[in-house]
Amino acid sequence: MASLQSLDVVARSATTTPTPQVRTSAPALAKLIDESKCIGCKACQVACMNWNDLRDEVGTNIGVYDNPADLTPTSWTVMKFFEVEPTEGSLEWLIRKDGCMHCEDPGCLKACPSPGAIVKYSNGIVDFISENCIGCGYCVKGCPFDVPRISQKDNKAYKCTLCSDRVGVGLEPACVKTCPTGAISFGTKDDMVAYGEKRSGELKERGFQNAGLYNPQGVGGTHVMYVMKHADRPELVDLPKDPTISPFVSLWKGVAKPLAVAAVLGAAVAGFFHYMKVGPVEEKDPADEDREVVK
Amino acid sequence: MSKRLIQRYRDGDRMNHWFIALMFFLAALSGLAFFHPSLFFFTHLFGGGQWTRILHPFLGLLMVLGFLLFFIKIWRENLITDADRQWMKHAGRMLQGDKAGMPPVGKYNAGQKFVFWAMALSLLVLVVTGFMFWRPWFAPFFSIPLMRIAVLLHAVSAVVLVLSVIVHVYAAIWVKGTVRAMTRGTVTENWARLNHPLWHDEVMHRKGR
Repeated sequence: MASLQSLDVVARSATTTPTPQVRTSAPALAKLIDESKCIGCKACQVACMNWNDLRDEVGTNIGVYDNPADLTPTSWTVMKFFEVEPTEGSLEWLIRKDGCMHCEDPGCLKACPSPGAIVKYSNGIVDFISENCIGCGYCVKGCPFDVPRISQKDNKAYKCTLCSDRVGVGLEPACVKTCPTGAISFGTKDDMVAYGEKRSGELKERGFQNAGLYNPQGVGGTHVMYVMKHADRPELVDLPKDPTISPFVSLWKGVAKPLAVAAVLGAAVAGFFHYMKVGPVEEKDPADEDREVVK
Repeated sequence: MSKRLIQRYRDGDRMNHWFIALMFFLAALSGLAFFHPSLFFFTHLFGGGQWTRILHPFLGLLMVLGFLLFFIKIWRENLITDADRQWMKHAGRMLQGDKAGMPPVGKYNAGQKFVFWAMALSLLVLVVTGFMFWRPWFAPFFSIPLMRIAVLLHAVSAVVLVLSVIVHVYAAIWVKGTVRAMTRGTVTENWARLNHPLWHDEVMHRKGR
């Protein structure tokens, strides 16, 4: 099984020819996570491991609610808990469901050297096709959100698939289905943006002046968005304020590639023609010196 | 016309040279496979993508170790001198096929020396940055921002190395009688007189000929 939606792949790693995209009428989809409605129950984590048949190693408690402490190759979503003081003396407990953001312009896909190991579907889902993964870890360098994790067991990269297998047959992602407070919604990107903005407005009315939608434009927007109480300071919940693909990655996987190939081929071709024009360096035949060149 | 031959490289050095060359060839092909999608088919030579990713660092490291032996032996002979700067000023004419005006050179001319240092520096950058994202063993010790710089530097220095090797190979083909220095260890006395007159005189003087 290479992928479930092979006719609507709009981007494919390390591929310079058009992808199979005859079926592109599917609307862009998005998951909206409303921080203000989340109670930190971790049902989404359980649903994720259930649907995807993943069982992480039982770890150790590090003194906070985060469990496991970070994303792993077998924990594709993790609740992260933050005790913060957005203003002096006002303690707030912020909870964020961490996982792949499904960028419109995915850095992992840009960095990946293996054809078809990472694809983006027309609905916006960025998926790892693990059988094509070679375990190089370039996706880790490409990702602006530190999401991909590489398994020690099989040296392949893993992350949230946005339940591409469920979405492909008209179901919502497992975490959305299970969330008991309705903090996670799923629908078309347009609907989710509209709903997120409506929710942000409601939060503003209730005193959260800087409430807003996290849909960072530096990566072309994302197909996983957050409603945040403090959208002006996403770093409070360990998210970059204006994430972009690192300029080093853009240079490496952008202009450097064609330039370097041109330089290497150019050098070889230049050498060939130089030899043909100038001829070899060798001992001259003394007899040649006196010979006339008839033109 | 002299009929004498002069030894330019010992057998051990020649075998080391060809070991480095082989490892370069394999490391370059396996590395280029990851550099540009149009070259990914090179992974077929190594047993697929995973195997290419596994083998590439070992091939590169072996190349660097071989070169290190070379470096220790010949780096002094490759120090750039004033005479080399003079030679570089005339290099354009030599490329046009006019060798007559070139200042006399010793064992290595300035072009060879620059190739030597380009290879040495690019290999140094390649091995240092290569360790920084060598999965699964060494990459976990380095931060993601640092690895992003490492992969870019690795690619840039790899291109410098490949270009240096193209110049190196071309020069050996261009200047007739050169390749045998590495295939047989000896060059003709006439070749030495023509291309490395100071080295020729030095060898002859040393041997009292």
